[in-house]
Amino acid sequence: MTALVSVRDLNVTFPIARPGDMPWTAPRLLRAVNGVSFDLEPGQTLGVVGESGCGKSTMARGLIQMVPATGQVIWEGKTDLLSLSPRQMKPHRADIQMVFQDPLASLNPRMTVGQIIAEPLRTHRPSMSAKDRRASVAQMMERVGLLPQMINRYPHEFSGGQCQRIGIARALIVGPKLLICDEPVSALDVSIQAQVVDLLKELQRDLGLAMIFIAHDLSVVKNISHDVMVLYLGRVMEKAPRRELYANPQHPYTQALLSAVPVPDPVIERAKKIIALDGDMPSPMSPPSGCVFRTRCARAMPDCATIVPQPEGGDHRVACLHPGPVRDAELV
Amino acid sequence: MALLQIKDLSVTFDSQDGPVHAVNNLSLSIDKGQTLGIVGESGSGKSQTAFSIMGLLAGNGRTSGSIKFDGQEILGASPKVLNSLRAKRIAMIFQDPMTSLNPYMKIADQMAEVLTLHQGMSKRDAVAECVRMLDAVKIPAAKERIRLYPHEFSGGMRQRVMIAMSLLCRPDLLIADEPTTALDVTVQAQIMDLLNDLQREFGMATVLITHDLGVVAGFCEKVLVMYGGRVMESAPTDPLFAQPTHPYTRGLLGAVPRVDDEDASMTAIPGNPPNMASPPSGCPFRPRCNYAGEDCYVMPPLADFAPGRARACHRPVEKVIA
Repeated sequence: MTALVSVRDLNVTFPIARPGDMPWTAPRLLRAVNGVSFDLEPGQTLGVVGESGCGKSTMARGLIQMVPATGQVIWEGKTDLLSLSPRQMKPHRADIQMVFQDPLASLNPRMTVGQIIAEPLRTHRPSMSAKDRRASVAQMMERVGLLPQMINRYPHEFSGGQCQRIGIARALIVGPKLLICDEPVSALDVSIQAQVVDLLKELQRDLGLAMIFIAHDLSVVKNISHDVMVLYLGRVMEKAPRRELYANPQHPYTQALLSAVPVPDPVIERAKKIIALDGDMPSPMSPPSGCVFRTRCARAMPDCATIVPQPEGGDHRVACLHPGPVRDAELV
Repeated sequence: MALLQIKDLSVTFDSQDGPVHAVNNLSLSIDKGQTLGIVGESGSGKSQTAFSIMGLLAGNGRTSGSIKFDGQEILGASPKVLNSLRAKRIAMIFQDPMTSLNPYMKIADQMAEVLTLHQGMSKRDAVAECVRMLDAVKIPAAKERIRLYPHEFSGGMRQRVMIAMSLLCRPDLLIADEPTTALDVTVQAQIMDLLNDLQREFGMATVLITHDLGVVAGFCEKVLVMYGGRVMESAPTDPLFAQPTHPYTRGLLGAVPRVDDEDASMTAIPGNPPNMASPPSGCPFRPRCNYAGEDCYVMPPLADFAPGRARACHRPVEKVIA
């Protein structure tokens, strides 16, 4: 089966001018995403996890040229999306849609729900009649669990969970093949998160959607993903099928992340030992040499400072010179 | 005698659309050195409860009931009385460490202010004490970094500064309002670990307000579950997690995916949280509750049903199953 999208060596770099720089001084470069590669097949979900600032949102934005990126994003085995001009890219934009984190802020407060959901149709299907458009919006509202009679209401009249359903309806109305969800449930209440995750899974089953699901909550990602990719300072640390990654993590950073997730069970949670990460994530302006994680890694050896580990392996890729299961000495 | 005793606290806000009852008849008590978790979703009234204790409610808020701290009534007390307690005996940590630090003041100045104001220390002694406290919350190179501005710290480090600041006067009661919500999991683990150590070391009572059941499980001895401005269930932590009996508590536990669970399954609670401007009659959870019946149109009282455990439900799960 050809992958829906094959990403090869994706890089996103931002030029940063320092205060006091002269106009002719070369700006310093911030490499937000560094050599990310993966394949995504139809109907599959890739979970992307990492701490804030690891480049997970920037990576998603780079894929669809919302920020300038280099590398290759091969769509359906044929077209490299990054080589396309904005005009050539436009038809593909209907194929790739996005759901954003803040459900209310991502909806225009001065448009009705009907107008918001219909907007992608006006852009991508300009020949559609107003009547058909309205019918298609009503159908989509029902599909995502909104009452079609709410079509003339404004976003502020809805709760957070309902606003996120509006965002999902807007993304799906043009029939995309890939849905990029950037922290779609992290602003929602616990009891609503499960509703939205269930809806996304159901839509994926029915429509055969591929999804890139970006989140910092490792439990939610475990629930929804088929594959999971762990990013740190813009680089892939580990990527594996979901069960494999959670049951058998090999990278010390993945292990530290997983150990830090609180478990809602007092007996387990109090007795739990974690891998403590000292200090903060280094600045992406001056990442450490070699392995970017080495400054906080309990396993770091001299070679980690000189060699940049590449994500190696088949299904389960680990970018580490000293991979392996958690060692007892690392737990505190 | 309990350190903090709240009886029948109600908080109402006057709004354009009429009164909003944010907290209704809340009672709780904490002894010296105890840890209490208040769990609830947005709009459940958990933060407003904390703000009433500190006398920080918005201007359109009205309160009734009683809040006794160390035997002294502090609900509706004058600013003079409250200022003698704030920071000194009751301290608070807020959710967002960036907006709760003054961006125009160096860390040294805003921390030292606490001690010069409340304990009459000289600026010099105060700064020295602040450095000691920053060391205690494990900020590396505290002596140099105290001269920096808040924006020069990361989110986790700022929250450490907030914690250090709140502990300067060795308060008897610490209120932590979602102290780790804005932080990454690895940083959250560091901060909760730190709070755990400091709580034990200083022996202060702590109220932890959060929506994260995992954080509560690791930190608190007692838990209060709130929904729609009311206490749904109150219990010691272990039995609450082992045998939740209130349908809302059960729903909440089921809705949280667990990372140690094979599929991290989550069961949604249907419906939406109540709009507090027009809450449903009777039990606020009734419209979303699988077990609700006719009797639920009348709010059930919070009643004891086992040692240390109370719940407000006409149809607790054990009764429905039996």
